[in-house]
Amino acid sequence: MKIARDIAPPILPLSLEDMGYAVGGKTLLSGITLRIEAGQRLVVMGANGAGKSLFLRLCHGLIDPTQGRRRWASDEARAEAQAMVFQRPVLLRRSVAANLDYPLALKGLPRAARRETVARTLDRFGLNDLAERPARLLSGGEQQRLALARAWAMRPQVLFLDEPSSALDPSATRIIEEMVAQFSDEGITIVMTTHDLGQARRLAAQVAFLHRGRLIEHRPAAEFFAGPEAAEARAFLAGDLIW
Amino acid sequence: MGGPFATAFSLIASGDPALMQIIGLSLRVTLTAVLMACAVGLPLGAALALARFPGRGAVIVVFNALMGLPPVVAGLIVYLMLSRSGPFGSLALLFTPTAMIIAQTLLILPIVISLTRSVVEDLWAEYREQLLSLGAGRLRAVPTLLWDGRVSLLTGVLAGFGRASAEVGAVLIVGGNIAGHTRTMTTAITLETARGQLGLAVALGIILLTLTLTLNAIAWGAGQWARGRLG
Ligand SMILES: Nc1ncnc2c1ncn2[C@@H]1O[C@H](COP(=O)(O)OP(=O)(O)OP(=O)(O)O)[C@@H](O)[C@H]1O
Ligand SMILES: [Mg+2]
Repeated sequence: MKIARDIAPPILPLSLEDMGYAVGGKTLLSGITLRIEAGQRLVVMGANGAGKSLFLRLCHGLIDPTQGRRRWASDEARAEAQAMVFQRPVLLRRSVAANLDYPLALKGLPRAARRETVARTLDRFGLNDLAERPARLLSGGEQQRLALARAWAMRPQVLFLDEPSSALDPSATRIIEEMVAQFSDEGITIVMTTHDLGQARRLAAQVAFLHRGRLIEHRPAAEFFAGPEAAEARAFLAGDLIW
Repeated sequence: MGGPFATAFSLIASGDPALMQIIGLSLRVTLTAVLMACAVGLPLGAALALARFPGRGAVIVVFNALMGLPPVVAGLIVYLMLSRSGPFGSLALLFTPTAMIIAQTLLILPIVISLTRSVVEDLWAEYREQLLSLGAGRLRAVPTLLWDGRVSLLTGVLAGFGRASAEVGAVLIVGGNIAGHTRTMTTAITLETARGQLGLAVALGIILLTLTLTLNAIAWGAGQWARGRLG
């Protein structure tokens, strides 16, 4: 697993240079300059509507910056080296196992290798009993787990997670957090957003704080939580940031 | 009214060969037309949902309007194409079941295209970023979206089947209602009623109704089952 990732040409670091995004004359994100190194565990924080989801979609390449640049280390960031778990994941109207198989088939993996990967993924994520169930009928937590499993099965170098546990109960949240930590240990670069301060403390190596579409702080997590420089970030940590 | 109904039931019960032949031909023509319309209309409708090009809105409006294309007009168009002096006259297809299949395909196609377009467009709005993220480009997304929209699409295909099996104008014009050759249930009903021979007309009417009812029941059941099963 790890070997395969090492052999593939690395796409990281990702450099964002004065990146901005505007739609219909409205600037939603601007002046973002940031470098995401391989192996990083970056947590993006900020109030509702600060631009966190937009930031992830820009990084992942679902939308293109209208300003500045997004540059991966290799000239062309191969889509297959990235994966994303959406704030509201879309599962296909087919079984759990078929959902896992789908992106692997898109990559052109031979059938035998796919079957092997699907079996291993089901096993690892505790989805064996659900394998033949229609994915759309799973509970919210199970769907989130499947979305995470599907992303992992793609063997990404970098994994974007948009509030992966916002709809989950504490124990399901804990499971997701443990998985994300394991991914990081396996060498997958993590870029995630969260509203949950405790989760950010547990997972972040670095924190990027967005406020009204601007990056106003980007520091190692320990420093950030010890005392952020920006007043807005301090207010956010104290729980009284108004957007 | 006892007369025609009694005749009708005895015709059905005895499995009258002329009756069976008419039913067989009707089903063959309409089912083939539905299959052809799906083979062309499903991918075309999906492409129309995902493609962005100038004039797209006009194309959509035209196909929506064509859903109401009068069968006699469709028949007339195909007649002009296939008649001796028409562009495809040399194929000698006029007054054959093939001509009827072509005319009915023309009738069903706009329904399949328009419905597919609207179903796939809605799904694409929901799936777009997720599919792109998983590595499916627009082209590769088409079969995925068609498959995930299969329950809704079935309704459209069935509407197409209903329209084709009920129409009389198109098959009458291009088929000619030749006994034993191009006579369908609807053209036979028209003719027999005009001749005052109501027994066969009523028998065919009953069968046509039963067929439509059965198909809709199956489709409704399949839809319910799929919603419960697939979410
Ligand atoms: N396509 C769009 N057109 C107009 N405005 C948009 C568009 N997409 C996002 N926005 C706006 O951009 C802002 C940032 O949105 P984004 O989804 O990134 O917020 P977020 O930080 O993820 O919020 P949340 O914590 O609620 O998920 C919001 O005010 C949103 O309304
Ligand atoms: Mg968001």
